[in-house]
Amino acid sequence: MSSESATAMVEVRGVHKRFGRLEVLRGIDLDVRPGTVTVVLGPSGSGKSTLLRAVNHLEKLDRGYVRVDGELIGYRQVGDKLRELPEREVLKQRTRLGFVFQNFNLFPHLTVLENLVEAPVGALGVSKERARARALELLERVGLADKAAEYPRRLSGGQQQRVAIARALALEPKVLLFDEPTSALDPELVGEVLDVIKDLARTGTTMIVVTHEIGFAREVADTVVFMDGGVVVEQGPPAQVLDDPQHERTRAFLAKVL
Amino acid sequence: MTALTPEQALPLRQPADSVQELRIVPHRRPWRLVAGLAALVLAAQFLHGLAVNPGWDWPTFRTFVFSDSILRAVGVTLQLTAYGTVLGFALGAVIAALRLSGSPILRTIAWTYVWAFRSIPLIVQLVFWFNLAYLYKRIGIGVPFGPTFASFGTMDLLGALGAAVLGLALHQAAYAAEIIRGGVLAVDAGQLEAAAALGIPRFRQAWRIVLPQAMRGILPNAANEVISLFKGTSIVYVMAIGELFYQVQVIYGRTGRVVPLLMVATVWYVLLTTALSLVQYYVERYFARGSERHAPPTPWQRLRAAVTESKEKRA
Repeated sequence: MSSESATAMVEVRGVHKRFGRLEVLRGIDLDVRPGTVTVVLGPSGSGKSTLLRAVNHLEKLDRGYVRVDGELIGYRQVGDKLRELPEREVLKQRTRLGFVFQNFNLFPHLTVLENLVEAPVGALGVSKERARARALELLERVGLADKAAEYPRRLSGGQQQRVAIARALALEPKVLLFDEPTSALDPELVGEVLDVIKDLARTGTTMIVVTHEIGFAREVADTVVFMDGGVVVEQGPPAQVLDDPQHERTRAFLAKVL
Repeated sequence: MTALTPEQALPLRQPADSVQELRIVPHRRPWRLVAGLAALVLAAQFLHGLAVNPGWDWPTFRTFVFSDSILRAVGVTLQLTAYGTVLGFALGAVIAALRLSGSPILRTIAWTYVWAFRSIPLIVQLVFWFNLAYLYKRIGIGVPFGPTFASFGTMDLLGALGAAVLGLALHQAAYAAEIIRGGVLAVDAGQLEAAAALGIPRFRQAWRIVLPQAMRGILPNAANEVISLFKGTSIVYVMAIGELFYQVQVIYGRTGRVVPLLMVATVWYVLLTTALSLVQYYVERYFARGSERHAPPTPWQRLRAAVTESKEKRA
């Protein structure tokens, strides 16, 4: 392992992914240092969601690899081959990665508290009492302690997404992955979700956030990554990428969204 | 439009606050009342006929409706329904899982099963199982194409009742498989993705996340199937098994009183179907928890609410 990658919490190298004839990722390299926030921007269809899903092996790779905290995700090296891990092992790896979906994907037949308890009990074997206590702490943290007994569909979109973030945190993951966490929300509800994510950023959680919120990127990101056509066009601190973009495609994108 | 005289147009010219005081009258529907009354007359005529037409022969009905032989036959019918449902849905769940699996071989086998058992009429299947001993005199356990460790005479293993249960269950499994598969497919793909992203083990994903949500789609169809199986058990009369319909036929063959005995069977079928519908109502309510639409109060809850309300009014 090179000295550069040893410092990375998430290391993406030469990742390729195609769906049929469409090559969605065309050789992605990305390093995320521990405790930093990486915001991925780009037009729709640029491959940013696919990249995020590749990090926790919701998408299989065609080439390249992903390491989290030094561990290969979804594969193990056998000689000069990367052999896909059995599903059981992949599931175990995913407990170290929190994933927050655009559409929340809360379990509608379980209460808010049960949503948070399900994975720690079912995947990690934590005792029910401990999982409950931890879940209540997390609900407190996202400001929804009074909703523990509610069913998700009785909550607003913003509240549901905050529950989903708490659910991802319940596994105490090393990295949190956000796939357009505010894109399904009414405009007035975006702020409460971004506030929770900002709060997590302040406490030093390693995060990769795919989003269209440029203001959020400017405020919270340590690194902004701009993707287009399945490649990383440019990356750097927000002041550089957002205010002084070097590439024409970045400039064109920012001109449209700002 | 003809021009209005100032007097006719007056109400519209009145100031707004007095317009508010105008009485609102709903649109009258006199024909609805006429149609309702006509339907009531027809219903009354039918009920009157039931009561006074001697052809219904209610004394004979009363003699047989709770007789030992009928009660035993109801027991057999319920037994056939229970075994058919439990075995049918258990096998159906397995077949549905195979059809949803990643293996093309298993998927094809499951598809073929459903195709075959839905294509052959139930009555043909039943008679076929009844005659299984003609094809296979002994059934054994052993290595496929290899030695046999133990074997049993087919007729000992599979009596008439066994053949009926086997036939009903295998037939039911084909339909149950499709119902279960439909329910599972209706669950949002994001649910499985979320469960996978949380690292929840595969079996727990199916049992805790997918099935409870699939149940909402499965239950109404499954209840239909159970009820139709319950009445469908009458088809096994062809195998001379003493279920309700067979027993009724035996009695009216002896006494010649066809109509009252058909009523005996009808009343039992209706009563027990009603009981099954009630069970369905409450089970569906259970699986509707967390859904967008609020579950309405049960009749029992409504009654209790009405009682407490009237008490409060009096107090």
